[in-house]
Amino acid sequence: MTSASPENPNPAHPLPGASGEAPLLRTPLYLRHQALGARMVPFAGYAMPVQYPEGIIAEHLHVRAAAGLFDVSHMGQAWLTGPGHEATARALEALVPADILGLAPGQQRYALLLNAQGGVRDDLMVARPADPMADGRLFLVVNAACKEQDWLHIAGALPEGVSLEVEDRALLALQGPQAAAVMAGLAPDVVELRFMDVTETRIAGIDIRVSRSGYTGEDGFEISVANDDAGALWDLLLTAAQVKPAGLGARDSLRLEAGLCLYGHDLNQEISPVEAALTWSIGKRRRADKDFPGAIRVTEEIARGPLRKRVGLLPEGRAPVREGAQIFDDAGELVGEVTSGGFGPSVGAPVAMGYVVSEFARPGARVHVALRGRKVPAAVTPMPFTPHRYRR
Amino acid sequence: MADTRYTKDHEYIRVADGIGVVGITDYAQQQLGDIVFVELPEVGRSFGQGDEAAVVESVKAASEIYAPVGGEVVEVNAAIEGEPAVVNEDPAGRGWFLKLRIADAAELGGLMDEGAYREYVATLG
Repeated sequence: MTSASPENPNPAHPLPGASGEAPLLRTPLYLRHQALGARMVPFAGYAMPVQYPEGIIAEHLHVRAAAGLFDVSHMGQAWLTGPGHEATARALEALVPADILGLAPGQQRYALLLNAQGGVRDDLMVARPADPMADGRLFLVVNAACKEQDWLHIAGALPEGVSLEVEDRALLALQGPQAAAVMAGLAPDVVELRFMDVTETRIAGIDIRVSRSGYTGEDGFEISVANDDAGALWDLLLTAAQVKPAGLGARDSLRLEAGLCLYGHDLNQEISPVEAALTWSIGKRRRADKDFPGAIRVTEEIARGPLRKRVGLLPEGRAPVREGAQIFDDAGELVGEVTSGGFGPSVGAPVAMGYVVSEFARPGARVHVALRGRKVPAAVTPMPFTPHRYRR
Repeated sequence: MADTRYTKDHEYIRVADGIGVVGITDYAQQQLGDIVFVELPEVGRSFGQGDEAAVVESVKAASEIYAPVGGEVVEVNAAIEGEPAVVNEDPAGRGWFLKLRIADAAELGGLMDEGAYREYVATLG
């Protein structure tokens, strides 16, 4: 038996650091994952829990049914600080096409760092604190694998008076329909938040920054906490009967069912926001002003339609199709490629997303996905595969 | 009496009367995690030692199952195609993959016995 996956390219040596590469970084929760019996794998330079003993499917289903607790402390967190909201927002708007200026206090927004050709350097969350005393500050959360380049890129593009302070903090995600009930007993004020609202509060004497958001399609919270407090907060959240730990494996299957992009797979430096079906993340004013990196390509694609587009795919049968599989039309012409694929535990069948030429980017279009020397029929389908259940 | 042999790729073959029952070890199923799909060969196909004989897919990845020795497939376990989780639950029993009519019993000599396999797994951490 041999296998390979992005998280564990060398299954014969599954232990972190065993392959002689640079030692893996550990989050403040590393020992807790070990004590819980997690299987640790290298991910973006960190030893991270891919699953706990119950397994990916059980963890996935528990998040959809109750609540799961994820350690996502490998992600990058930073403050962007300027003399006032307008100055800071404009500094960031030079790098992303989202409307940052129009972000209200206490709100978070999804944004894309673009390169000069309109390709995606990274996707990130941008939050404007509710506290008026924090005027001119924006809180950024970026992908672990991109964070060093992101910080260099952002810091190198800032005008006089606006600065970037990278923070070494932990990040926990509590996700699922029971997440709010769990938080209600600990920090009643966060229960009032709606999807993509942010606030700062305390739980049992621990200062936290909370956003009502996540990467699972479920209601839930992402909680930024000082490294020294992370263990106590993790323990506290796990004492709730509804909460079980969930690893990166479940995080991946949950986000795939939710139709959410994974950077480096569904997004990269060649793919534009329009191709990625993320045009909704481009501000209306920004489209009119065309004042963001790659605006020529992006606005052209909005006007005329992109050559290729990200779509959902439902393969026939039970065999999962995986990232990199080629997609063909009835005539055998290559029309696209799978960028994420696997088994959807809540769907109960294989699910995938990928890019197809625009002609096939419509629900119901029939395509064929290459799999081990044969072709599996698949239907282009709207995403998400499982309905989002955010608190709007 | 059945004699079970193991490969470094974590397949087992349980041999009796020239027929080998092939599956994956408990270590393998643990490493794979939840198994969601199994693809088995047709009865009557012949494989050489080390040929890809079946495919097993977990939530995360696809893995190939290699023939521990050469031979002809005389039976496959269709039950695990319908219920792949059985491979996780009982890899050495109900979760078997296929039965081979062994072409050359001498090939078994290159495989590990249970003690050697246990030692081998221990070295993997």
